[in-house]
Amino acid sequence: MSTMLRINRDKCGYCGTCVAVCPEDALELIDVYLSLERECIACGICARACPLGALEVVHEE
Amino acid sequence: MKNNYDILIIGGGPAGALAAKTAAEAGNTVCLIEKRAAIGTPVRCAEGIGKELLKEFIKPDPRWIAADIERARLISPNGTTISLEQDKAGNEVGYVLDRKIFDRELVWQAAEAGADVIVKTRATAPIMENGAVRGAKVLSVGMPADIRAEVVIAADGTEAQFARRAGLDTVVPLREMMSCAQYLMTDIDIDAGSTDFYLGNEIAPEGYLWVFPKGDRTANVGIGISGRKSRDGSRAKDYLDRFVAKNFPNGKTIEAIAGGVPVCRPLACTVADGLMVAGDAARVVDPITGGGIGNAMLTGRLAAQVASECIAAGNCSKEALMPYDAGWRTSRMGTILERNYKVKEYFVTLDDAKLNTLAESIANISLKEFSVLALIKELITRNPKLLLELKALKDTLS
Repeated sequence: MSTMLRINRDKCGYCGTCVAVCPEDALELIDVYLSLERECIACGICARACPLGALEVVHEE
Repeated sequence: MKNNYDILIIGGGPAGALAAKTAAEAGNTVCLIEKRAAIGTPVRCAEGIGKELLKEFIKPDPRWIAADIERARLISPNGTTISLEQDKAGNEVGYVLDRKIFDRELVWQAAEAGADVIVKTRATAPIMENGAVRGAKVLSVGMPADIRAEVVIAADGTEAQFARRAGLDTVVPLREMMSCAQYLMTDIDIDAGSTDFYLGNEIAPEGYLWVFPKGDRTANVGIGISGRKSRDGSRAKDYLDRFVAKNFPNGKTIEAIAGGVPVCRPLACTVADGLMVAGDAARVVDPITGGGIGNAMLTGRLAAQVASECIAAGNCSKEALMPYDAGWRTSRMGTILERNYKVKEYFVTLDDAKLNTLAESIANISLKEFSVLALIKELITRNPKLLLELKALKDTLS
C-alpha cells in the first residue's frame, strides 16, 4: 500500500496556505497552479490547513 | 534580463514594492521579481488598513480606496455588539483598499524610482556561496537564469520559501496558520461605513469572520479559522458558506478567494548573510487582527534602508544586516506584535460563554482611542479577574 497527496485543481484556490505549513517544502505554488515538486511524507498537514478542501492524502492498494 | 544587481527583491506585494522603491531611491540597482503574471492579482487579503499607518507610506488616493471606514463593530456569539465609533475615539479608523490597484501603484512607484520589475519570474533557490546568499536561481517565463545581488530581500509572502531554502525556519505551525476564505459580494445589506468582526467558536473557531465594505451594498465577506480547527465539512469555506446562506442569501459573489494568514511569532531572525526577510514572509502579521499590509511596507522599507547602508559600506554579512532585525523588533510595530501575540494566545482559549460575558461588560463603551490596546485596557478595567486568569495580559498593559 502506498500513500500519496492528491490535488484537486478544480477546488484549489492557489493561495499557498498549504505551502507555508508543509514541513518538507514539498509543495510549490507556481503562478496559478499548485504542484507537488518534492518528496511528500503524506503527513496530511496541508490537507488540514486548506481552506477549500482541495488536498487529500489517499491510500492506494 | 540583467544578471547582476545591488539588491534583488523576491515578491511584488507591499513589502517588496516598498523595498524596491526605497532601494532604488537610495541609488542602488534594483530588481523586483514576481512569480505571478500580474502585480496585485489574485488578491489574498481582506484589504483593511489603519489610516494613520497607511499615511506613513503613501498619500491616500481615491483610485485605490474602496471605502472610508467610520466605525468597527465586534459582534459576540450571542449578538452583543460593541461599536467603536471614530467620532468618539481620538484617532481615525481605517480604509478598505482595492489591492489590485493599490499594489500596482506601489510597484509603479518602485519602477518610477528606477527599479527593474519582472513578472512571471519565480525564484527556485538561493545562490549560496560560503554560506551566504548571493542572488537567486530563477525561472523567468520558463527560462532558467541566475540573478546575482549583494543583498536579496525575500518578500515572498505566506509561502516564504526563499528564506526557507536559505536555511531559515519559516514553517508555520498548523494551529497558527489562519485558514481563510473570502467572497467579494455585492447586492447585500450592509453598513458601508463599518467594518464588522463576528466572533465565536460556532462562527469562526479561534479566528473571526469579517464584513469589510467596499462601497454601498458591496463588501469583502471573509473568514479565518485556526488550521487545527479545519477539517472536512468544517473548513473556512464551509463556515463562510453557512454565514452567507444565513445573512446574505440573495447576495452575489463576484470573486472567491482563499488565503493563509500566519499568526505565529515573527521569524526568530529576519536576516542572514546576504539575506533579509520582510512582510508576511517574516511573519510580521498582527496576530489579533491578521493585518499585514502596513507591517509589510514598514519592514520592506526598513530592509532596503539597512541594505543600502551595508552595500555602501561593503559588508552585507548577517551581522552587518542585523540593525534591520533589531530595528523593527524594537519599533512600535515590534512591541505591538509581541503584545498582541500574547493577547491572541489568551483569546483563543475562550469559549462562547466567556466571549459573551466579556462583550456584555463593554457593550456601551466609548473608547478614547481606537486600538486593540485601548480595547484590552477597557476589558481589564471592567473585568479585573482577567488579570488573574492570565498574567501575560498584565504585561501587555505596560
